[in-house]
Amino acid sequence: MAKTMFEKIWEQHIVAEPEDQPALIYIDLHLVHEVTSPQAFEALRITNRKVRRPDLTISTVDHNLPTDDTRNEVIKDPIARVQVDTLRQNCEDTGVVLYDIDSEAQGIVHVIGPEQGYTQPGMTIVCGDSHTSTHGAFGSLAFGIGTSEVEHVLATQTLRQAKPKTMEIRFNGELKQGVTAKDMILAAIGKMGTAGGTGYVVEYTGGAIKKLDMAGRMTVCNMTIEAGARAGLIAPDDTTFDWMRGRKFVPKGDDFDAVVAEWRELASDDDAEYDELLEIDCDELEPYVSWGTNPGQVARVTDSVPSPDDYEDPADVSSAERALEYMGLSGGTAIEDIEIDRVFIGSCTNARIEDLRSASQIVKGHMIASTVRAQIMPGSTLTKLQAEKEGLDEIFKGAGFEWRESGCSMCLGMNPDILVPGERCASTSNRNFEGRQGKGGRTHLVSPEMAAAAAIEGHFVDVRDWDSE
Amino acid sequence: MEKFNKLTSIVAPLDRANVDTDQIIPKQFLKRIERTGFGEFAFFDWRYLEDGVPNPDFILNEDRYQGANVLVGGRNFGSGSSREHAPWALKEMGFQAIIATSFADIFRNNCMQNGLLPVILSESEVDTIMARALRGSGYRVTVDLESQTVTDDQGLSASFDVDPFRKNSLLEGLDDVGITLSLGEAIDSFEKKRTARW
Repeated sequence: MAKTMFEKIWEQHIVAEPEDQPALIYIDLHLVHEVTSPQAFEALRITNRKVRRPDLTISTVDHNLPTDDTRNEVIKDPIARVQVDTLRQNCEDTGVVLYDIDSEAQGIVHVIGPEQGYTQPGMTIVCGDSHTSTHGAFGSLAFGIGTSEVEHVLATQTLRQAKPKTMEIRFNGELKQGVTAKDMILAAIGKMGTAGGTGYVVEYTGGAIKKLDMAGRMTVCNMTIEAGARAGLIAPDDTTFDWMRGRKFVPKGDDFDAVVAEWRELASDDDAEYDELLEIDCDELEPYVSWGTNPGQVARVTDSVPSPDDYEDPADVSSAERALEYMGLSGGTAIEDIEIDRVFIGSCTNARIEDLRSASQIVKGHMIASTVRAQIMPGSTLTKLQAEKEGLDEIFKGAGFEWRESGCSMCLGMNPDILVPGERCASTSNRNFEGRQGKGGRTHLVSPEMAAAAAIEGHFVDVRDWDSE
Repeated sequence: MEKFNKLTSIVAPLDRANVDTDQIIPKQFLKRIERTGFGEFAFFDWRYLEDGVPNPDFILNEDRYQGANVLVGGRNFGSGSSREHAPWALKEMGFQAIIATSFADIFRNNCMQNGLLPVILSESEVDTIMARALRGSGYRVTVDLESQTVTDDQGLSASFDVDPFRKNSLLEGLDDVGITLSLGEAIDSFEKKRTARW
């Protein structure tokens, strides 16, 4: 029978299917960070259980690290410091590798997994973080879990999972210049809503997906969870293999060729069937800007903020009313008339070297608006070093951007980088929830190019009209 | 794991769609390394004014809902982050069951791991419970996991689905990890095959 890529990976990982129980799935790679792991390690200690496969577990610190030059001193926030120290101790006690603050391989967990070559096609990958879906860009089944499940994976290297349904999201046509992977996924979430994917694993297909580079594919898969689906996959192809070749933990030489041959088999069979299909025409897409307080509340840059009256469903109406009030916006305001105070280029969604290169192309030869504070937090320390090698830091600094260290930073504001109440931010991150970037802060989700252009103009502009130097 | 069997309680209504885990427990409270100490910070930005005084306009602060063990919410409850701190905070706030038309997947799993029962009912049933909870005070429902029903004394009788494995775990308060470790041989033999391949 014809199978989807998800079904192939799923079947290869079934350890047991006891009667009346969800399947027990083997986990190939477990990523760990400081925030969602301490209670899991503690539970193992209390129950006198071991980490079954420390060799399949890697950890880093990313969520609550400072990104300024105090970073290598002691973390000032005493509770954050305890959390980081606890991870260090847990890794030392259990033999799990830790990419600590002073390691070149440190970075946002979903950036370093692929960067180091840990993330590989056909794997099952979990992490106590909902954006684990990012790794699906390599054709792996990757999803976020809670702390009790982290404990379960640490102890057993397996997870009990009900089999999800499958959805194909097919991006037809071609992206216009200035329209990015971020716009593809924002458009899809806008169409589906933030619960449209609940219960599904998504596979992204179509010509526009095949044309995306790996960074773009990771951006798309990363935000799968914002549509409610825990995992999003893209079939691995030459783009994938070229990107992976030579990375530290990827097989080398003949082994690489052999494993690539296996990875090619993962793609969904031609006549495989999905439970749902959503088609999106990329010729129609524009740059998108979120206007509300969930990632489904998006508008085209050439459009206006909608009014609550534009909705029929009473829940959507009240949701729009609340969102507009929180965001300090009124229906009918042109997106390009929205002025911003802050710009954040960062996060596991859009802080890879490719994202920084794209943003630098916009910034080159310009200065940021005097009313704007703009910051860049590269996705990993290696990304930062690479950008510096290419001189991107000079472009950004010269334009008035702050060039920071890597970490999750202002995507969720667990570290000192937060918005103050009322501040409005063009952000390349993934969530515009109330208070996400700081209590009272107002987040607009955009692509790196759109964020860079907004930094310079002080308000949103259509990056398709940008006159790059 | 903590058990859930049956409970009768006042219902607290939170009539908003897409209540995300950033609202349930904001990030500044995620730095604790324990599973406890989150309850007082649940819904922090909605629940308290600038000076830390309870916000009189936030519905869950109203006297009539104090002591409620059942929360009725809007659709897509618990969307967003995977933080299990969200169910920990709700449990500590006193909730043992949440009724909604839909839940985000990760949040629903996390609730199940903590004896906090997510109950999915139809839109009309949730609307009925929401309306009755909003009207007057002292509205109660009985949530019964064994019979998979939610009932009140005004004629509501709704049934819900629950995965049989999860149901049994909740009723018996079973240790998930322990159950899986009892399948150790299957894991061992899977790993042998896997090592041969990788």
